[in-house]
Amino acid sequence: MQASLAGRGLLLKQLDVKNMAKKKFQEILDRLPALLSQAGSCVPALLSNLVLIGEIPSPTFGEERRVRFISDRFAENGLVSGSVDEKGNAVAVLPGGRGDRSILLVAHADTGAPANVDHTIMIEPGQVTGPGVANNSLGVAVLAALPHFLEKMDVALDANLIFLAASRNLARGNLEGLRFFLQNNSQPVDAGICIQGTQLGHLSIQSLAMMRGEITCTVPEEYNWTRFQATGAIRTINEVINRINEIPLPNKPRSNIAFGSINGGSGFHRVARHAVLRFEVRSEDDAMIRKIVRQIRDICEDVSSQKESRIDLDVFAERKAGGIPFAHPLSRRARKILEILEVPPRVSPSTSEIFAFIERGIPALSLGISTGESLAFPDERVDVPPMAAGMAQLAALLLAIDGGFCDEHP
Amino acid sequence: MNIHEWLKNNTFHYRQFWDLKHLVAEKEKRGLRVSLCIPTLNEEKTIGKEVIVFRSELMTRYPLVDELAVIDSGSTDKTREVAAQFGADVYLASDILPEAGEKRGKGENLWKAIYQLTGDIIVYIDADIKNIRPHFVYGLVAPLIYRPEIKYVKAFYERPLAAANGVRPIGGGRVTEILIRPLFSLFFPDLAGLIQPLSGEYAVRRDVLEQLPFPIGYGVETSHLIDVYKKWGLQAIAQTDLDQRVHRNQPTRDLGKMAFGILQTFLSRARRMGIVGNLPELGTVLRQFQVQGDEYKIQEFDLHEEERPPMIEMPAYRRRRGLDG
Repeated sequence: MQASLAGRGLLLKQLDVKNMAKKKFQEILDRLPALLSQAGSCVPALLSNLVLIGEIPSPTFGEERRVRFISDRFAENGLVSGSVDEKGNAVAVLPGGRGDRSILLVAHADTGAPANVDHTIMIEPGQVTGPGVANNSLGVAVLAALPHFLEKMDVALDANLIFLAASRNLARGNLEGLRFFLQNNSQPVDAGICIQGTQLGHLSIQSLAMMRGEITCTVPEEYNWTRFQATGAIRTINEVINRINEIPLPNKPRSNIAFGSINGGSGFHRVARHAVLRFEVRSEDDAMIRKIVRQIRDICEDVSSQKESRIDLDVFAERKAGGIPFAHPLSRRARKILEILEVPPRVSPSTSEIFAFIERGIPALSLGISTGESLAFPDERVDVPPMAAGMAQLAALLLAIDGGFCDEHP
Repeated sequence: MNIHEWLKNNTFHYRQFWDLKHLVAEKEKRGLRVSLCIPTLNEEKTIGKEVIVFRSELMTRYPLVDELAVIDSGSTDKTREVAAQFGADVYLASDILPEAGEKRGKGENLWKAIYQLTGDIIVYIDADIKNIRPHFVYGLVAPLIYRPEIKYVKAFYERPLAAANGVRPIGGGRVTEILIRPLFSLFFPDLAGLIQPLSGEYAVRRDVLEQLPFPIGYGVETSHLIDVYKKWGLQAIAQTDLDQRVHRNQPTRDLGKMAFGILQTFLSRARRMGIVGNLPELGTVLRQFQVQGDEYKIQEFDLHEEERPPMIEMPAYRRRRGLDG
C-alpha cells in the first residue's frame, strides 16, 4: 500500500513537472507575436547582410573570402572566441548567462554557384534574386546577423550559442567543415540547429541514407573509330543510365536514384572521348543503398567490358539513415512554433548537415527561413515577407531549447 | 603642395577607414551632419539594394549618415516607389525650389540636393552601381571628417591585378584618358593627378558646394574640380580608392556626347578665366553618323550645357539657411 502511494506520488510529481514545462513553453508561444514584430524590424538589416555576403562568390573549397567577411561580422557583433579554423570554418561564441549547455547554430557557407558567375544580387520589394541566395546565402546572412537580432528581440539565453559558418559542405565537400568542427571542438554540443535559406516550414529531423558519386567514361586515345559499333563516351554513359534505370527500386524502404548532371564532349560532330555522370542514391535504409550502389558498380564493369572504354565509379559521399523520432520534443516544439506562426510544418528527411549531428548522437534539426524558387539557377529567388516568421521561429526555438523544453526527459 | 606631395598625402584607400566606430565618434565630436544623395532616373533595378545597404550599414548599424535622399529626375519606372519602400527620403527634382524652374540633367539633381538636404557634408553616389558596398560612402566621407583642410573628395576605382614587375598603368575610362587628362595636363597640370576625375561619386562640404556653379549636364564633375582648385587650391581636393565599381558600360557614341558636353563646359571655364584667347561662339550641335544601305546620314544632337548659379546666390536658399541674418 505504502509502495503504491509512493508510486502514485512519483507519478503525480512527474505530471507536475510536465505541466510546469508545458506552462513555461506556453510562455514562449505567447511571446511569438512580439518576436514576429521585432523580427520584422530586423528584416532590412538581414537583407543588407544577404547582399554583402551573397555577392561574395563561395563555391565549395573556395569559401575563404566569404568566411573572412562572416568572421569579421561575428567580431563586430560582439561574439567571442572567434576564429577561422583549418578547414575554413568561421566560428564564434555568444556566451550564455550560465554557459552550462551549448547550442550549435550552423549554416553552410558554400553555394553551388561557380566563382565566375555574376553574383550580383537584385533586391525588389518582396523578393531577392541572385545565384545562391536561397542555398545558402540567406542562411549564412541570418547566422551573421543573429546576435544583433537576438539583442533587438530581447532574447537572452542561459546556454552558450556557438555560431558556425561551415565550409566544404556541398558536393565533394561532404560536410567536411561541420564534421571537422564536431570532431575537434572541446566544448560539448547539446543540440544543433541547421539554418537553411529555404523552405520556411520544412523541418528535417532525420537523415536519409545516401551515396553520392560520379561515373566517368573515358575512351582510350588509341581507340579504333573505324570499328563497327564504335561509340563515344556519351553513348556509353547513356547505356549506363539506361541500365541504372532498370534497377528495381522498392517502395518500402523508399529509395530513388537521382541523376544530377551530365557533362561530356566538346562540340557537335566530334565523338566524345570523355563524359561524366553525377548521381545520388537515396533510401530510408542503409542496406538498400549499399545494394543499389553494388548494382551500379556491376553495371559499370559490365558496360566497360563490352565497350572497351574505361568506366570509373567514384563514390565520395555517404550518409547513414538516422535521426530523432517524429515525437521527439525538439521536433514537437518546432512544429508547434510553426503552427502558432501560421506556417504549416512539413517534416521530411534530408541529406543535409543534420547527418553530422546524427552520427555523433546530438539532437538536431534543420529549418528554413523563407520561401523561394529556382534553386540552383542564376535567378534563384527568396521571398522577403516570410523572413520575419523564419527568424521568429528560430528565436523561439532557441528559447525552447534553452529552457530545456526540447530535452527528451524535461 | 605640388602634385607629387598631393598624390602622396591626399590619396586614400577606403580600407584606411575600416574603424567605423571611431569614424562615427569623430564625426560626432566635430558636430558634423552627413547627407547621402542618390540622383536617379529609371533605376528601379538597383536602387532598392543601394538604399537597403546604406540604411542598414551606415544609419542603423553605424550612424555615420544622418539623411539618405533619392532625388529623382522624373523616372517612369518604379524608382521612387521602390526607394521609398526601402526607407529613403524621396524627392522629385522638379518639386524642389520650384521657383528656379525645371531643367533636365543629373547636375540639376545634385544642385537641388544642396537646397533640400541638411548635412554639413553631402555625399553623392550614382544609382547604377551593381556591387554597392558601405565603403562607397565612408571612404569618401572619412577624409572630410578627419582632415578639416580637405573639402572635396573624389572616388576612383582601382582593383589591383597581378603585375609581373610590380608596376602597372592605371587610370580612368575612355573619356578621361583621351580628353580630360590631356586637357588638364595642358591647362591645369595639378588636376591631372586625379586618377578618375569623372567618377560620379564624391563627398563635399556644404560651404564649398553652395559656392559652386553647377553645369546640369556632363560637365558638372569637370567644372567642380576646376572651380574648387582655383578657389581653394589643390590641397582642398582628395581622392579615395574604392577598389571596384561594377556598372553599365556606355557605348562609344554616348561617350562622344559626354565628351562634347565636357568640352563645352571646359572651354567656357577657360574663356571666363582668360586662359585661352578669343574663341568663336561655340556651337551646340554634335554630329554623328549612321549608314542606311548606301546612304550616309548625319545625326544631329543639340547639346547645350546649361549652368545653375551657385546655390548661395538663390534667395530661397539664403532664407532657408538663415544666411541673411
